[in-house]
Amino acid sequence: MKHFRRFFTRLFNSATMRARDERLEEEIEEHIALRTAENIRGGLSPGEARRQAILKFGGREAVKEDYRAQRGLLFFDNLARDLRLAIRMLRKSPGFTIVAIATLAMAIGANAVVFSVLNALILHPLHIPQAESFYGIQHGNEPSSYQSYPDYLDLRERNRSFDDIAAYDAALAGLDTGENPSRAWIFLASGNYFDVLRLQPFLGRFFHASDEHGPNSAPFIVLSYAFWHTNFHDDRGVVGRVVQVNKHPFTILGVAPPGFHGTLVFFNPGFFVPLVNQEQVEGVNDLNARGKRFIFMTMGHLKQGVTPAQAVADLNSIGSYLERTYPEDDEQRTFTLNRPSLYGDYLGKPVRAFMTGLMLLSGLILLAACANLGSLFGARAADRSREVALRLALGASRARILRQLFTEALLLSLLGGALGLWGSFVLLGALSNWQPFSRWPMQLPVNPDANVYGVALLLTVASGFLFGAVPVRQVLHTNPYEIIKAAPRGVVGGRITIRDLALVVQIAICALLVTSSIVAVRGLLRSLHSDFGFDPESAIVADTDLSMSGYSGERALQMQKRMIDAVAAIPGVQSVGLIDWAPLVSGGAIDTTVFTDAATDFRPSNAAAKPYMYGISPEYFHAARTGLLAGRTFTWHDDENAPRVAVINQEFARRLFGSAANALGGYFKTPDGTRLQVVGVVENGKYQSLTENPSPAMFLPFLQSPSTQTYLVVRSDRDLAQMAAAVRSTMRTLDPSLPVYMGPWNQELATTLFGSRMAAITLGVMGAIGAMLSITGIFGMAAYSVSKRLRELGIRMALGAQRKEVLQAALGRAFKLLAVGSTAGLLLGILASRVLSAIVYQATPRDPVVLAGVVLAMLSLGLLAAWIPARRALAIDPAILMREE
Amino acid sequence: MVLKTLEVLGALHGYGIARRIEQISGDLLAVNQGTLYPVLLKLEQEGVIESEWGASENNRRARFYRLTREGRKQLQVEAQDWQKTAALIGRFFAAKAEDLS
Repeated sequence: MKHFRRFFTRLFNSATMRARDERLEEEIEEHIALRTAENIRGGLSPGEARRQAILKFGGREAVKEDYRAQRGLLFFDNLARDLRLAIRMLRKSPGFTIVAIATLAMAIGANAVVFSVLNALILHPLHIPQAESFYGIQHGNEPSSYQSYPDYLDLRERNRSFDDIAAYDAALAGLDTGENPSRAWIFLASGNYFDVLRLQPFLGRFFHASDEHGPNSAPFIVLSYAFWHTNFHDDRGVVGRVVQVNKHPFTILGVAPPGFHGTLVFFNPGFFVPLVNQEQVEGVNDLNARGKRFIFMTMGHLKQGVTPAQAVADLNSIGSYLERTYPEDDEQRTFTLNRPSLYGDYLGKPVRAFMTGLMLLSGLILLAACANLGSLFGARAADRSREVALRLALGASRARILRQLFTEALLLSLLGGALGLWGSFVLLGALSNWQPFSRWPMQLPVNPDANVYGVALLLTVASGFLFGAVPVRQVLHTNPYEIIKAAPRGVVGGRITIRDLALVVQIAICALLVTSSIVAVRGLLRSLHSDFGFDPESAIVADTDLSMSGYSGERALQMQKRMIDAVAAIPGVQSVGLIDWAPLVSGGAIDTTVFTDAATDFRPSNAAAKPYMYGISPEYFHAARTGLLAGRTFTWHDDENAPRVAVINQEFARRLFGSAANALGGYFKTPDGTRLQVVGVVENGKYQSLTENPSPAMFLPFLQSPSTQTYLVVRSDRDLAQMAAAVRSTMRTLDPSLPVYMGPWNQELATTLFGSRMAAITLGVMGAIGAMLSITGIFGMAAYSVSKRLRELGIRMALGAQRKEVLQAALGRAFKLLAVGSTAGLLLGILASRVLSAIVYQATPRDPVVLAGVVLAMLSLGLLAAWIPARRALAIDPAILMREE
Repeated sequence: MVLKTLEVLGALHGYGIARRIEQISGDLLAVNQGTLYPVLLKLEQEGVIESEWGASENNRRARFYRLTREGRKQLQVEAQDWQKTAALIGRFFAAKAEDLS
């Protein structure tokens, strides 16, 4: 208690230092005056009396010093003094300060950004209570989680490991609130969804398991907070309102809490509808179809005390029960658990790998920045060795000098950290609001939270200490007598120092980043011009789902025909094709199983191939410019009365028939036993992603396999924006209530290219940061070596050395390091590209452009960095230099 | 010593304290009187004495130090401690070899 009080008094005194100094001064004066008076009374002359008084009092300054130490907190006083000196020192060399702060800001900013994304995507993805015991149920044999509704019910009722299991599927629905019909992505969720997540509504109420009484029994809506905010303008009166979803009346029950936007971290559904109402939303009722695995994910909280391994064993026993009981529908029902926020391992694994890699890289960048600043700091300390020696000679303790150096380092790192954090804050804000795909409600909620600030502060302080520690040894070994006696001498030697190694490592990292980013960009460019199996240039894709306006069956088919005719009649349209899922656009592709003509057992394991399946209009191949290799395409006579036919791609033909020629006229079967005759073969294409291997695909006439899902491919050589407007108005005259979405086909590929584009951008940014670090590193080293060897270089010049030799002496070492580092980095980059090739299409470093690019980039980097030191070395005037000594 | 002085004489300024210590110790304690002030400050921070401005004998501003209640308590505690210590040491010196046998 006593010490505590003293501490605070002292703290207060530190702040009010000057006022208190006067008090002591006054007391001392009084003391001496009184003593003098007494001495005079004792018979001394006034002068002698005062002298005696002062003598008796003792060393006045020493007392003051003592008094000050006693009064304030020495630590803080010294800190303030150190800070003032540090600021003065930094202001004296603005170049160094700016470079140091910018380097640190970039390195710490990069770490903050990467960590925030890591934090948002992987560490704390879902804002639900007890998220740590929340697991998704994934298939044991592949990274997917889909289930059929009956299987889901079995899992829910028979398991003994979960508190409860919820299920959901994402769907696109037309919403009509009486004004502007629009479409929105929604979650079809099991009745217990919100209860399983342990959430409380922001407004109104949620739907519950007790609301479900069979198909279409729960026409209720729960809005997400963001959707409520934008579409209903925070109107609290929405609860209880009836709106139309795909032309069916639904009652709005409530609004979900603000932080919650569904159980996929990147996908924000507009509202939630009970799964039992699937028929009203999707037009089909799969609630009793055990083979139709339309549920996207199932998940729940594990019971207290149940380990994931026990839960998996429990689920697997249910799985084997399902296999035994429903052999025709359920095969290989094994399960694992995953984190549901990134669709389990499907996205979770690559994202986790990528983010971990990125975090590692940015950590290395920070390390490189520290190494750099450390060497710059060391150089500065060496330049100041005379000052340090002088202070040591005057009695300063080494600890005191080190503290001064650390204060300077920490001040720099805090400034850099603050700047970096501010930058990352701005960047993350933009990233959070960014919607990369207009077609999908995708957003990354990556706003920094307390974790991020904590990590940034930690990194800042740690890096301050790290690079501040570099000159410690130097100071500890300073011998004041030696240094003051002799002029500073350059260390000339071929010894490899730690500083050299650090520089090599950082050049290697930079080269690695440059290599990877060039590889990524090359891959991206190549994928933009690769062979898709169709031509996305100068074509529009317009898509809608007729079920949103209440069309189905024959009426939908008639509507689709009218749409094709109406759009084809627009002047400037060259051709119009219809397809039920546009390849590479819709984000997924429907695959099915097919069997050879001889097959009688239609279990999935007997399938001959797993092709993507599309329903198309006769004109589609023409409109998409997909090359027909053999046979014919469809006609309008391939309708429900005609024999069932199919067009297949080369890969399909190769797998089932051996070759395209054999395939023509051949037959194969679908899982329901229907025989299809192959009438044509088209070229292979890309269907789901650019990195996929050649996959089998089959096309069926849309008259024989109808779907309400409609993509119109409109090819035109006119301006696409005008054409889109014309298509839109044509569609509106056909049915004003139909929500239509459209855009140029090549832009619609953004979804597929997103991964590689992001990889290219990130690597590019990292590469730029790495390059800048290498430049400061090489610059620092070259400048230091030139300034240390000025005298030697001067003598060489005076003795007649040529410019070339001088340069070699001054910068040879820097370039040697650059060469070693670049080579190492390039080799590492080649290895790293294996990882990259999973994300970027055809990423390969065995490409002359990549190799040449890296060499060129590193060389120009070196030249840039060495330019100023080289100029300085060449500008040496031996005469002036010699005179200075 | 400072505390005891203040207890005996009441409020006193720095010089008065120094003078008193000098008188009592009879110049045996030949320390610089300046060192008194940091000690006074420390005691004040500990809360055992308090100080305020007042007028000195020759009518100048001087700082007067006074014992606080806490100070009195501490003085008692320390006085007891010291007496114990002194008594203990005294016994050691008083002890003769034959007393132990």
